[in-house]
Amino acid sequence: MSAYLWLIPALPLAGFLVNGLLGRSFGKTFVAVVGPGVVGLSFLLSVLAFLQMLNTPGMVTSQSVFTWIDSGSLHIPVAFTVDRLSGLYILIVTGVGFLIHVYSVGYMGDEEEYGFWRFFCFLNLFIFFMLLLVLANCFLLMFVGWAGVGLCSYLLIGYYFKRPAAASAAKKAFVVNRIGDFGFIIATLIIFTVFGTLDFATVLAEAPYRLEAGGALVTAITLLLFLGATGKSAQIPLYTWLPDAMEGPTPVSALIHAATMVTAGLYMVARLSGLFMLAPYTMAVVAVIGAATALFAATIGLAQNDIKRVLAYSTVSQLGYMFMAMGVGAFAAGIFHVMTHAFFKALLFLCSGSVIHALHHEQDMNHMGGLRKKMPITTWTFVIGALAIAGLPLFAGFFSKDEILWQAFASPRGHVAYWVIGAVTALITAFYMFRMVALTFFGASRVDPHHAPHVHESPWSMTLPLIVLAGLAIVGGWIGIPHVLGGDNLPNVLEHYFDGFFPAIPETAVHYEASVELMLMGVTTVLALFFMWLAFRLFSSKREQMAAFREKMGGVHSLLANKYYIDELYDLIVVRPIHFISDKLLWRIVDVRIVDGIVNGIGNTARNLGGTLRLTQTGLIENYAVGIALGAVIIFWFLIF
Amino acid sequence: MTILGIPILTLIVFAPLAGVALLLFVDRSAESLAKWITLLVSGITFLFSLPLYWLFDETQAGFQFVEKVPWINTWGVEYHLGLDGITLFLVMLTTLLTFVAVLGTWTQADRHVREFMITMLLLEVGMNGVFVALDVFLFYVFWEVMLFPMYFLIGVWGSDRRLYAAIKFVVYTMTASVLMLAAILTMYFLNYKATGEFTFSLLSWYELDVGLPVQYWLFAAFALAFAVKVPMFPFHTWLPDAHVEAPTAGSVLLAGVLLKMGTYGFIRFAMPLFPEATDAALPLLITISVIGIIYGALVCMVQPDMKKLVAYSSVSHLGFVMLGLFALNAEGVEGGVLQMLNHGVSTGGLFLVVGMIYERRHTKTIAEFGGLMKVMPIYATLMLIIVLSSLGLPSLNGFVGEYLILVGIYQVSPLAAIISASAVILAAVYLLWMFQRVFFGEVDNPKNLGLKDLSLREIAVLAPLIILIVWVGVYPKPFLDKIGPSAQKFIQMVQVPASSRTQVVLAPRSGRAAPQVPHSQPERR
Repeated sequence: MSAYLWLIPALPLAGFLVNGLLGRSFGKTFVAVVGPGVVGLSFLLSVLAFLQMLNTPGMVTSQSVFTWIDSGSLHIPVAFTVDRLSGLYILIVTGVGFLIHVYSVGYMGDEEEYGFWRFFCFLNLFIFFMLLLVLANCFLLMFVGWAGVGLCSYLLIGYYFKRPAAASAAKKAFVVNRIGDFGFIIATLIIFTVFGTLDFATVLAEAPYRLEAGGALVTAITLLLFLGATGKSAQIPLYTWLPDAMEGPTPVSALIHAATMVTAGLYMVARLSGLFMLAPYTMAVVAVIGAATALFAATIGLAQNDIKRVLAYSTVSQLGYMFMAMGVGAFAAGIFHVMTHAFFKALLFLCSGSVIHALHHEQDMNHMGGLRKKMPITTWTFVIGALAIAGLPLFAGFFSKDEILWQAFASPRGHVAYWVIGAVTALITAFYMFRMVALTFFGASRVDPHHAPHVHESPWSMTLPLIVLAGLAIVGGWIGIPHVLGGDNLPNVLEHYFDGFFPAIPETAVHYEASVELMLMGVTTVLALFFMWLAFRLFSSKREQMAAFREKMGGVHSLLANKYYIDELYDLIVVRPIHFISDKLLWRIVDVRIVDGIVNGIGNTARNLGGTLRLTQTGLIENYAVGIALGAVIIFWFLIF
Repeated sequence: MTILGIPILTLIVFAPLAGVALLLFVDRSAESLAKWITLLVSGITFLFSLPLYWLFDETQAGFQFVEKVPWINTWGVEYHLGLDGITLFLVMLTTLLTFVAVLGTWTQADRHVREFMITMLLLEVGMNGVFVALDVFLFYVFWEVMLFPMYFLIGVWGSDRRLYAAIKFVVYTMTASVLMLAAILTMYFLNYKATGEFTFSLLSWYELDVGLPVQYWLFAAFALAFAVKVPMFPFHTWLPDAHVEAPTAGSVLLAGVLLKMGTYGFIRFAMPLFPEATDAALPLLITISVIGIIYGALVCMVQPDMKKLVAYSSVSHLGFVMLGLFALNAEGVEGGVLQMLNHGVSTGGLFLVVGMIYERRHTKTIAEFGGLMKVMPIYATLMLIIVLSSLGLPSLNGFVGEYLILVGIYQVSPLAAIISASAVILAAVYLLWMFQRVFFGEVDNPKNLGLKDLSLREIAVLAPLIILIVWVGVYPKPFLDKIGPSAQKFIQMVQVPASSRTQVVLAPRSGRAAPQVPHSQPERR
């Protein structure tokens, strides 16, 4: 009855193949129909699968397609599962994915044919791998999707391959992700050894019996998996690739580096929440890394001038938020924020793309300003996105962010320190978002006078997705209205949806009065509003004073603007030593001097010897060989007989 | 199974000789004719090898298509051929790669074309012969037959430092061959002492239990001979030089097939003949395999020359193959055998694509290139697929083999698995960095501006390899199913308790051993 599940990933794959093989000869229109078309169909099927899953007892549907690997005791089928988690995810991936495909038709419209074709091929391939990742029912198949999205990310970051920065960024993204993949692979090896299978359902069901809760084994497994997650979801220490990934076209940043791929790490942790709950130590690591990343990336976001880089650091920071939620055991809250974030961050990126498109690839906010009159739709949808992420009540981000903050505080695994870090991050977020709003759309225009007269609103294929996403950025949070606000009239749909899906925290929760929750909510909201106002005011009309202020803060500002020099640090302590050892020590000394030295030495000795023993020298290698062989046989003969 | 009255294995092995005979009558200057004949003959040989796949009975672990006739009676030498699930694909790989290499070298062979083609065909005879020979004497003959054409390919048709490379190749492989020959002769006499029968039959030798100190020595001789061929660290330094100097076709066959002779030697000779010695040496062998994996990958990263880079990556990849064999469990061995195949396809492919650019620019230095994506988009796409296969991207062939090997070795030595898995990071670094420097960026070297993208012929050369890369990656079952039983049998032989074999009693001289005991078949683990 769910025999069509395979079509959900297969359609984008077919799109990739059809466009890849025929697209160049059939032209842009063909590509522009097939590319978004297959993703749209895939979305419709996803809706169908989602509804069917809801009406299935146990809320799981699955389909096995064929056997992939069968060797020894390792059996890996290609099988897909739709449950409440993957069901929600495929809706996000195909839904937001479809909107971004449509947007790309406009955004990439000016590209030459070869580029346009290539772009849509890769974009479809990405959707395929992402769906594979989400629908997979075992570790290894998930890993195929996991590495596949990394590949597409590589290809799309390097889309403008002529730019050296894009080429380096692409490679960096792939390599850093491979470090995470390394952790993932080792984890699967341990899991296979312990469980004899890599099937999610079996592993999760047997984990409590085969793994000692809190033991070294489950801690090692989950830490290794989390290493994978830090790579894919850009957390400390592997976050450095994501800001560089902004070299890719903006729709790519929206789709891959904000809405979908970077949340794969969270998806994996949520999917394996049963394992992670067995490892309290790992959970603490997840929470601490998440909190640290959230704050750390947000501070960097304060001092960036590239419109996309601010959004990139914002993404890193928001992902940290989600990990913090999962670390304290609030998996549903984390997934809630994944969803709302997909809406508003995709929206923000697409709006920035609309700006960049209008300004002929200008990304520096110092050369923007005052765009609201010429680009009203972009401006107001961007403002909606900014309000959503900054946490204005009733907007999507408000509910999900508040849920995370509350859980960070009130969960038995939570701590007031998490709440403080989360709240401070929220305020910084509000500040830099409205700094962006002010610098880009308000104040006086600083646009290059060559381009200024041509600035115009983007075509409908771009603005329509903006409007849809803006709508979602407003209403998307209403499915998770907290009890203290909604009472009995407005139920928390999401909580009900995930009821019993994620493992419960074994410790009993402290019960707080509703007034505590309301008070915390109130404090963060009021402060966030203040910071929005402050940033907006400072950067729309008082830029000169801000410049003077920046002078005064010289050291701190350059520390932030240079991203705490982390890239330089990695280069110094990792990249250079490895390169040095490989080049100077291993290759030029061990290989060339030592091993070859010995070989050449033997050769020379043989030649000299040959000169002396001229009589035996026939010049034919075979004769030498026979001689050596006979000698060896004689030696053996004596040894044996 | 016979075709035209000729047994199929004999037909496959010696079909290229028909081409050689034809070529001898071709005029030296008729280069085009020589190429066509060779292409046709190698193509027909490949077609002959195709039915093996369907005729091969995957429920059987033993040798199939067996041919056995006495050859040199006084020495007990037989003409004895056979195929199992391991060599089945190696033979098919050989016939495919020879065909592909001939087609790939179409416009590259510039001097002594006729002789070049003869050499290629002779090489094919040697390679296939090595894989199917079950008589050790016959095996050794083929082994030598295979080495000389390769020596000439490097020494005659190589580039500037070809003589140095060729001599280095010979010094290494001759030392290895000689050691092996000594060990073979010793085994021959030992077998006589034990059974009173002069025979080179490998299957008889399998029944022999060589006493311990001697077993160590013999194993060492065989292992060293094959380790040079693999090549295992630290016997690998001939490989980069040989590859850099060899013409494209030579590199393709050297990497694609000749290196497999080493791993095959371990599977067929060194390990099953001397199980106790293997067992004792495993820690050492696993260690140097792991060193090779990491070492090769690290050295790869700093290579300025594309061919050298690919050559060093072979050191790393073959380390993986060895690691799988040394795991001695189903996943490891099947993965190892599959990876032999994968490496042949991927690295053979890499050498072909490097050859294509070398033909256009007469340089393989990475720094000479940049921005080729713009000029040669088809080339870039095909090369990317091969590069991704080589770095083990899931859904392509390399991943299946590597993962099985990791699963296998993890059960034996978790540490070895963890260290070698880090090669997935390094492989991404060196291959993508090379790819980036060659294809990304602006075309800043004017010499690269007018480069032509791949011709239809060149696409046809790569197409079968690309198909295999995707096929094995997505649906490896047909391959694994056929490899499985033979891999299982190999494991049993290496683990078989010595008591079930005929003991070699060294003293007193006249001592005859107990009658032969048939192979015991322990339960599947």
